[in-house]
Amino acid sequence: MNLNEIIEKLKLQVLTAQDKLDAEVSYGYTSDLLSDVIANSKEGNLWITLQTHQNIIAVAKLKDLAGIIIVNNRKPEEETLKKAEEENVPLITTEETAFNISGKLYQLISTQE
Amino acid sequence: MSTENGLSKRFEITGGDFGKAGEVSTKIKEILQEIGIDSTIIRRTAIATYEAEMNVVMYAKKAELTLHLTPTKISIRVYDDGPGIENIEVAMQEGFSTATDEMREMGFGAGLGLPNIKKNADRFKISSTPGKGTALDITIYLNQAGKK
Repeated sequence: MNLNEIIEKLKLQVLTAQDKLDAEVSYGYTSDLLSDVIANSKEGNLWITLQTHQNIIAVAKLKDLAGIIIVNNRKPEEETLKKAEEENVPLITTEETAFNISGKLYQLISTQE
Repeated sequence: MSTENGLSKRFEITGGDFGKAGEVSTKIKEILQEIGIDSTIIRRTAIATYEAEMNVVMYAKKAELTLHLTPTKISIRVYDDGPGIENIEVAMQEGFSTATDEMREMGFGAGLGLPNIKKNADRFKISSTPGKGTALDITIYLNQAGKK
């Protein structure tokens, strides 16, 4: 399933990298610990987190993640937005909690396969 | 340095600069991609260099990272001028961290950095002198794709 379909179905807000939304999403990964994400996320994963600082972009870039969903209606910092645009990483927000959005994404991807 | 044909690059990492954190690892990843190194090897190298870089950003003033690539292996040496590590055995344990509350709130300080480096390296050597700094030697072999 590509990122665009997920964004539409889960009613997410895209803040950056509008041209990267046709990327294929391999699965999701939910974590707020950067070392955990670096170690255990897989290429093409959509990363669900409450972190909003700029270092999340380097992690997404290094692991070739499909994008980052920031939960709980939290807003990324200005530097994070800037970096996401520079590195072309889709930053996405939702008012849902990490639990809810993970559940919805899981259901969406599982029923597709 | 090795007398074999190879590529050597030197990078500086600035401690405390969270704005640039991850840039050196990203550059190294791009270099390896351009050369056409196996993606599993690149993934392991990226994890190891990212963790080494973040340790410098969090704890040291500055460090020098040297990447040396030969036809058989990737060697990464990081030498920093940080506070050093009192007990390396303890520091290598998953979950052990001396990170501040502020770093932990940012999602750092999980105590996974050094263990992540060890897991992804074929050879990993760490030496440290309290008050002087820490040196890491990371080796990843090219001809064993998928070993880790």
